[in-house]
Order: sequence, then C-alpha cells, then structure tokens
Amino acid sequence: MVLTRRIIPCLDIKDGRVVKGTHFVELRDAGDPVELAQRYNDQGADEVIFLDITASKENRGTLIDVIRRASDRLFLPLTVGGGIRSIDDIHAILRAGADKVSINTSAVHDPDLISRGAQRFGTQCIVLAMDVRRNFTPNPEGTPVVLPDGSTCWYEVVIYGGSRPTGIDAISWAKAGEERGAGEILLTSMETDGTKGGFDIPITASISDAAGIPVIASGGVGTYEHFYDGFTRGKADACLAASVFHYGEMTVQSVKEYLVSRQIPIRI
Amino acid sequence: MKKIAIVDYGLGNLRSVMKGLEKAGASPFITADAGEIGSADGIVLPGVGAFREGMDQLGELRDAVVRSSRDVPLLGICLGMQMLMERSEEHGLHPGLALVPGTVRKFPHQPGYKVPQMGWNQIRLEQPDHPLFAGFLPEEFMYFVHSYYADTLPEYTLTTTEYICRFASTIHHGNVYGVQFHPEKSGVNGLRLLSNYIGMC
Repeated sequence: MVLTRRIIPCLDIKDGRVVKGTHFVELRDAGDPVELAQRYNDQGADEVIFLDITASKENRGTLIDVIRRASDRLFLPLTVGGGIRSIDDIHAILRAGADKVSINTSAVHDPDLISRGAQRFGTQCIVLAMDVRRNFTPNPEGTPVVLPDGSTCWYEVVIYGGSRPTGIDAISWAKAGEERGAGEILLTSMETDGTKGGFDIPITASISDAAGIPVIASGGVGTYEHFYDGFTRGKADACLAASVFHYGEMTVQSVKEYLVSRQIPIRI
Repeated sequence: MKKIAIVDYGLGNLRSVMKGLEKAGASPFITADAGEIGSADGIVLPGVGAFREGMDQLGELRDAVVRSSRDVPLLGICLGMQMLMERSEEHGLHPGLALVPGTVRKFPHQPGYKVPQMGWNQIRLEQPDHPLFAGFLPEEFMYFVHSYYADTLPEYTLTTTEYICRFASTIHHGNVYGVQFHPEKSGVNGLRLLSNYIGMC
C-alpha cells in the first residue's frame, strides 16, 4: 500500500474549446473539453488539468461553464489554470467545481496571491505553476544545477509563456512558493517543452529535492520511457502530458500499463 | 429519495459533493440553516482548508450538526472528518466537535515523503462487513489531499491507509462517520461509498 504516482493529461482551452486537435474521431465533439476529459477519465487519468489560454476577459464566462459541466460529470480531481489574477478569480473557479487552481505569471507579479489564496481556500488547492529556462550567465543568486553534459547553469523563471525572463532563480522560487502556502508545484521547462525529447530531468529532480510539496513534471514527453525517467531520475510525483494523448500516440491506460511493468506504483 | 443536507459554512467544493450525492441516488441540498439541517435524512459535512478556520466558520451551526448526528447519519469529508474529532494540532491546539474520540495530528517529516499527501492511495478495510463498505474489495483506491491525519483507537476505525504512518482513513462512532479521502473525487469507488452512506440514511 503506497501513494501512487499520477498521470495527468492537460487540455489547452480557448473560448471554451480544446485548442489542439485530436484523433478521437469517435467523440461526438472532439473540441469539447468535457468530452475529452471524460475520455481521459475512462482511460484512468488520475487528474485532469484545464489550461485556459483565452485572451479576452469577456470570454472567461465560457471557462466557468466548462468547469461546471466537467465537474458535474467527472468524479475526479480537476485543476484549472490560466489568467487567474485575484482571490475572486480563484473563488469563482473553485465554486464552479474545480479542486485546485494553478497560478503562474500572477504569482510573479503578486506573490502574496499565493499566501492569500492558501489562507482563504487551503494549501491543497493552490498550485504554483512555473515555467523555467536555463541561464548560463553567472549569477550569485542563481542555484547551480549540473547538466548531463557536465556544464553548469541556473534555471530562471520566465513568464508570459516563456517570452519574458524575470531574473528569479527557479529553485528559490519553488521554496518561496511552498513557504507562502502552495500545496504543489507544476514545473514546465521551456528547454524541453514541445521537443518530445523527455522531461528536463536536472531541474525536475532539483526542485523535487528542494521542495517538501509534490512536483508535477511537464514539458517534453515523447515516449513511454520519458514518463519512467520523470518519476525515477526526475523524482516527480506526477507527470503531465498533452499532445501525446491528444494526438492519440498514447493512451493514459497504455502509459500506466507500461509504468506498472517497470515497477512504478500506479493506480490501474 | 433521501434528503441529504450538505452543510455550507463557506469552505469547500460543495458542487462536487452535491453532484456526487445526486449521482449516487439522493436528493441533496446545500444549506446553512439549522432548521433545514434538522429536517434532513442525513448530513454531510464537507470542507477543505484549515481546521480552526473551519470550526470558526461552522460557528453556530455546530449545535445543529451535533444534535442531528444523534438521529441521522453524519458523514464528514476531509476537513469535515477532522472536525468530528476531539481536537486538532493544526497551528496550535484547537477543539473539534468531539463526536469521535481522538486527535488530528500533522504528518511528521520523513525524507522521501511529500506533505500534503496528494493523490490516490489505498484504503484497507478494518471492518470488512460494515455496510458503508458493502461491495468493496479489500484495498480500493481513493483520492487523498491532506497534511493532517486522524489519530484514534481501532474501535473507531473502519479503514486505514499508509502514508508516513498507518492512519485512520475512515472513522466512525455510532451514527457519525468520517472519511479523510474525497469520495466525490474518487470515481466509481467514491460513488459506491456515497451510495452506501445514502442507504444507511
């Protein structure tokens, strides 16, 4: 009996629709996040994350509607992220039926949002999402991380989808988030995101070691082995993937069966 | 259909609990009214967040919950379960509803274990014949999110779970039940538990 490692599909949502195409031709409406989430639920997903990339504020209402419909049909944990700027935003999303919110850029602008959110709604529902990138410019504030080729860098927090560096050391930021009351860290490396070359193991393991809260590894999955590496060398508590599931290259079930065969504790 | 009162004291994801109870075959309603709590066939005390804030928010509904628990089954979920205990060590020492003997304690620090425990873990049936777990296999998965756990005696323990230590993941005392996990987030197993609970109301 042991706490199992989690597999978490992530859906990018814009104006209430799934952004990335899917190969689930048998779905009535492949662009409906609720139908897709239901499919992942049936495959054995341990949680689902909705990431809202809706630009306009007016269309935020469609997200709330999606969360409501999803939580009415799915009896599994749901995290929602994207564009959350205030306690009111958090409240509206939790009230609609989400269990956790993930906060990224807003946490950099207003770190106190993490503290206030955790105080009001509980540590368990605040996820600190952070996008990071390697920086080889010497920085006394940066925690050194040794890369597989033997070189050393520090990891910098980047915001606005990776377009803007912040100068913040990722490992220090993870610890600060934990101290402020975040219950989990969602770590995406810009180095590996979209490459299908595997998770960024050095920073995932470093943050998992530095933080006492669970870490979700994100960015770079292309093979079954990558999930295994994320849990073992990367020391992740959960692995997130999007495109390999959306495009039907893998199912949650096939990933889980593979991991079980490699002796990773998994809920089947 | 059984009328189940979901106690609304400002914390927690009430919508999921309500939908779970509906799906499991009850007629649930969300209420912060002592009279309505008193007229229900069963009472669910949900909740996430901090113990002391939960007790404070519950405020004057405490009496209604305690009184009703003598007549109809009460089910506490997560923080709602912890509040059934005598006391909690979360940020000081705070009194609970004292419906089940025992203390809520923080997971001790142990290398290799993250706190909160977040994710799916198994429950071991300590009293396999209990109607709350009718139809359950000996070790089913449930979804947990918590940093504190109930420390109570075996006679008040229906299931145990292992994380850092072996703790009571389901407690009971007479008409009072509490689960540390989230049945409304635990798929078919969770819905089965809710359905069993409704059957006892």
